[in-house]
Amino acid sequence: MNIHEYQAKELLRAVGVPIPPGDIATTPNAAEALARRIGKMVVIKAQVHTGGRGKAGGVKLAKTPEEAREKAQAILGMQIKGLTVEKVLVTEAADIATEAYVGIILDRASRKPVFMVSPAGGIDIEEVAATTPDKILKLPVDTRYGLMPFQAMRLGFFLYEDIAKARVAAKIMQQLYTAFMANGCSLAEINPLVVTPAGEVIAVDAKMVIDDNELDRRPAVAALRDESSEEPSEVLARQANLTFIKLDGNVGCVVNGAGLAMATMDLVKYYGGDPANFLDIGGSSNPEKVVNALRIITADPNVKAILFNIFGGITRTDDVANGIVTATRENPLKVPIVIRLTGTNEEIAMQILTDNGFSASSDMDEAVQKAVQLATGGQAA
Amino acid sequence: MSVFIDKNTTLIVQGITGRDGSFHTKQMIEYGTRVVAGVTPGKGGQKFEGTVPIYNTVADAVNATGANTAVIYVPPMFAADAIMEAADAGLALVVAITEGVPVLDMTRVYPYVKEKGSRLLGPNCPGLISPGESKVGIIPGRICTAGPVGVVSRSGTLTYEIVYQLTRAGIGQTTCVGIGGDPINGTNFIDALAAFEADPATRVVCMMGEIGGTDEQEAADYVKHHMKKPVVGFIAGQTAPPGRRMGHAGAIISGSAGTAAEKIQAFHDAGMGVAKRPIDFVELVKARLN
Repeated sequence: MNIHEYQAKELLRAVGVPIPPGDIATTPNAAEALARRIGKMVVIKAQVHTGGRGKAGGVKLAKTPEEAREKAQAILGMQIKGLTVEKVLVTEAADIATEAYVGIILDRASRKPVFMVSPAGGIDIEEVAATTPDKILKLPVDTRYGLMPFQAMRLGFFLYEDIAKARVAAKIMQQLYTAFMANGCSLAEINPLVVTPAGEVIAVDAKMVIDDNELDRRPAVAALRDESSEEPSEVLARQANLTFIKLDGNVGCVVNGAGLAMATMDLVKYYGGDPANFLDIGGSSNPEKVVNALRIITADPNVKAILFNIFGGITRTDDVANGIVTATRENPLKVPIVIRLTGTNEEIAMQILTDNGFSASSDMDEAVQKAVQLATGGQAA
Repeated sequence: MSVFIDKNTTLIVQGITGRDGSFHTKQMIEYGTRVVAGVTPGKGGQKFEGTVPIYNTVADAVNATGANTAVIYVPPMFAADAIMEAADAGLALVVAITEGVPVLDMTRVYPYVKEKGSRLLGPNCPGLISPGESKVGIIPGRICTAGPVGVVSRSGTLTYEIVYQLTRAGIGQTTCVGIGGDPINGTNFIDALAAFEADPATRVVCMMGEIGGTDEQEAADYVKHHMKKPVVGFIAGQTAPPGRRMGHAGAIISGSAGTAAEKIQAFHDAGMGVAKRPIDFVELVKARLN
């Protein structure tokens, strides 16, 4: 789960990371009032779940409260990569002497959280990795021991030669690690970590990604979810316990299991079609899930044909068949449907479908080809 | 012959009285797996279905039965502890079916299990099956048949699809191993490939990967340098949009974006057969068996 910059900053402030004062505004008036309270030059920053906000014009400086109002007016409501800006962060503008990058990423290969720090911060860390990889230090942490003081100092000295600054940085590393663990993160970043002309070390931007598997045991973190900043169909799917990602094609796919769902999308492409979505109904058998899946898929006007690909293991194919019958009785389909079912209770499922005027196949390739034909030509094979 | 489990496997089920645990225990017993004990704290002394004794702790169950393998069906927030309990009790193989285990939990579990000398399969995996001998987990028994092909996969239903296609074409399996799709898992492709290479009954190996991470590239490198047996590979997610989960910072650490194209290239470079579609496994495997 992604959270906004202002939320990440609040979590970091709570563990003591030095962060310039600021707050969230949803109207130009509120932005002006905040700027007045801060009493210095401020930055207005769009709060959306995407990178490249600055380049898109979603980050602007304001010298006066009046200017803060104008800039907030311009940013609120703008579209950044398809996302509407509903909130801006109004925060004190920092004077910058140097900028560094500090991040922790849960790394599959080392099976540990890995610190990644670089004195070349502020810009895209991918660019640093590509052009000057020796300016990045990677340090894995054994979570059974935590970040040890010598490790934190090593990270601090990699950023700053000066012992006073290195100590402050080491303390920030510990605080970032504490926040990473306490909030169940898969990523936590401070970019940039700034040294001001006065010699202060402060976090100017922050990003956190939470491991979805942590949300059940961390209700306070789960409450940070901002559904207004997500694709509406993906919100609906999550509420129905479905994994759904919207794409741009016209073949709507309903599959059980992530691997098979991806393989089905690949096969749609292989036969010349374009998948409209990734949708995994998961392992449990529940006709209600199928009803919800169909509701979400048929809401997409791009969908010209619907493809079911179900391999029943835990999933009972007769439950899926019942779901299809129920859903289409409530809301008759306007586009053709192709059903492929095999596995647990296949015979019962086929009977249910036949009795209700559907046909189904047990062959994956055949079903995918048919769905692609229907989506592109509109005619059955 | 087979890898990791065979007819001598004696199994403990952790979470035997839960919804999933009880359903799949019945399926495993029906298949012929030797389920010797169950564990549910507070239900020690009872019997599952009137036959399988239940214990309060894994240590009690091991002491009483001498079991060598555990399978875990407990809820995600308790799975890490259940895995460590099984490893502590000295079980050689621990299979964690549970989906949704927090990844940070696994950063503690993985080194613990290694130090105890156990093999962990999963979490978030379908388990494994050696057709005709034993099944541990949830892979449907009827789609498998005994034969000379080893199967290892990161996914559940996609594995079923491919095993089913092989079985329909008359190609049987030594063992089908589902390693699970989580970022941190106990057994990776290389572990399974090494086991298949050492198993005299396995003649060809099928490997199904997914986008994300570098496990498949490392496995391809292993195939190239350490395996004599032919391997056929497949990557799911060739059309998936990039960067939906981890973003880009994870890719910098591994030095790879984990794309399908990268992985497929690694398979080609290792001289492996590459299936473009699940059905392609049948012909590619046949050609390598003959």
